[in-house]
Order: sequence, then structure tokens, then C-alpha cells
Amino acid sequence: MLTPRKVLDDYFLETRCQLLEIAATLDRLGCADQAAASNAASAGDAAPDDPRRALLKAMLRVLVEDNGANQRAQRLLELHSEP
Amino acid sequence: MRMIQPHYHAIARTAQDYERMAMSGVVAVVEPAFWAGFDRKYPETFLDYFRQISEFEPTRAAEYGIRHWCWVAVNPKEAENRELSRVVLDQMPEFFQKPTVLGVGETGLHKSTPNECEIFQAHVELAMKHDQLVLIHTPHLADKLHGTKKVLEILKGMNVKPERIWIDHVEEHTFAMARDAGYWVGMTLYPITKCSPRRAADLVDRYGYERVLINSSADWGPSDPFLIHECVLEMKRRGYSLNQLIDIFHNNPARFLGQNPKFDIEPIEVRPLNGAKPGSA
Repeated sequence: MLTPRKVLDDYFLETRCQLLEIAATLDRLGCADQAAASNAASAGDAAPDDPRRALLKAMLRVLVEDNGANQRAQRLLELHSEP
Repeated sequence: MRMIQPHYHAIARTAQDYERMAMSGVVAVVEPAFWAGFDRKYPETFLDYFRQISEFEPTRAAEYGIRHWCWVAVNPKEAENRELSRVVLDQMPEFFQKPTVLGVGETGLHKSTPNECEIFQAHVELAMKHDQLVLIHTPHLADKLHGTKKVLEILKGMNVKPERIWIDHVEEHTFAMARDAGYWVGMTLYPITKCSPRRAADLVDRYGYERVLINSSADWGPSDPFLIHECVLEMKRRGYSLNQLIDIFHNNPARFLGQNPKFDIEPIEVRPLNGAKPGSA
């Protein structure tokens, strides 16, 4: 198993990059929401009740939880699984 | 689609890059002087490096039908060595006479130390004195915001022509401050450490592409010259027309670099053969 320092050394920059991509995706969605709200032509694609919005928020909450179980990846996949 | 790669470190790459770029529409690359991965000890090493990128590298690119231009400078990291930098700076005007040298770059800041700031300012002064274009490197990662502000502060105190200066490696937190000050801005696409193709497309969606250059650098580290192609594809998916993409990836570099008459690639557009005005071909 890697040491904590080795995990940070090896994966910090990559994780920073992945988090930036997530942040940019959420910004993209927010900008698209604002554009759809001001443009009747694309209002049909606004999808305000799309369940993936809530799912994304739930998944983000899992990322910052620290209950000691270290099963964030498993929990994300369970959140995204059919019952 | 024809495109220009405005920031590309060819000496760190193999001929396979040139071949694949030529097959995928790249008609020209421009190579700034940069850090070799270790700090050089001797001014002569820089001068030989400048000879390599201004004399030899164009011949290697020409094998694949790609035009090659370059910039000369002591990069910000090695600019910490003031004595060495001053000797190199004294020799740089000789290279401004060469047919493929477009200006001074990449200068700028790395850790924004007093020595770096002094040598950066000396580079800009030299460029202005000799009517050269300037390419400015802004720092990496956590140093970028402070360093970009410092670059703008130094430039503000100098007699410069903003339209002849390109501030490179901007991201979400530095794009607007650099472009709003009148400079050209560059987004450098890297796999991990700078901007990504999607985030660059987001910034163009948000701010437009006036005075914007998109490059993928490509050097001896983890990097990929074809990230600009990935960005083209991302923007195509978002509805940008062929002529808009040509404007971003070919014409904007031609406009900025063409301020030096040595760079003779003109902006273009695609028109239907029947003479109709260009549409969203």
C-alpha cells in the first residue's frame, strides 16, 4: 500500500485537474440554464427536473464526507445504480 | 482544417509529431525558447539553442511541409541567474535579424522573485527597443494568480504596446484581467497542469475569441500537441462553424504573429465555389 505522502505526491495534481473539470462542467450547466431561461427557443431543453441534477449533487456530497469507511467510489456507484 | 500551432517546443519532440501534425492540418508551428529541464550554466549554451531553433528546426519542419518560426529569451526559471541572463540578453539582437525569429519569448515569471522581475523587465525593454513581439509565460499552478498580477503590474509601469504582447497560460482566474488590459491572451492545453480543451471552449463561450490564442505547447513533459485538435472537436460539438474555428485556430495566430512582417501566413476563410458568402460550412 502507498504511504499517505506518496498518494499525495502521485495523485494531487491529477485530482486537482479532475476537480477543475467537474467545476467547469457545473459552470457549463449553470450557463446553459441561464441561456435557456432567456431564450424561448431552447426552453424545451432546459430540463429543470432532470434527475441527473440531483444525482450530481448527491455524488458531490459523498466526495466530501469522511466517515472513515473509505468507500466513496463504491457509494458513488451505488448512488448511480438501479434499485 | 488548417491551423497554426503558436506555442510548440519542437526540439523536445520527434519527427512523428511533425508528420502527424502535417496530416491533420497544422501548417505552421512557432517555438518559444524555454527551460531545458535543468539550469544551464553557460551563455553559449543559450546561443547554440537559439541557433538550433532559428536555423536547424525550420529545416526539420520543412520536411513535412510545416513552416517553423521561433522566439528567443532566457526563460523565467533561469532568469534567476541575473549575470547569465544579462550576457544572453546582450546577444539576443543578433538573432532578431534572422528570418524566422519573431520576437522575445518566452519571458515572464516563474516564482516572481526580484531577480526574475528585473530580467523580465529587461526582456520587455529589449523587445520594445527593437520593435519585437513579446511572448510572456505566466507561472504554474499556485503561483499563477500572483505571478500574472505581477506581470501586469510590471507592464503597466513600462512604455509597451499591449497589442504586440501575448500573455500565455491564462486560465479562468487570469483570463479577463490580462485581456481587459489590452493584451493578447493564450490558453495552453495540457493533460493535467494547465487548461483543458473543454475548459478552453468554456472560456471562449463566455468571453469570445478576440485576441485569444489557443495552443497545446508540447514539450519534454506530459503533453500532447493534438489537444488543440481535441479543442476544435469540442467547439465543433458546441456549434462553432468551420469559419469560426479557422478564425480561432488559424487566423488569430496569423493576426498576432503577422504583426512581425516575417510571419507571412494570411488569415483565410472557406467559401463555397459558387461564390455565395461563407456560411456555416
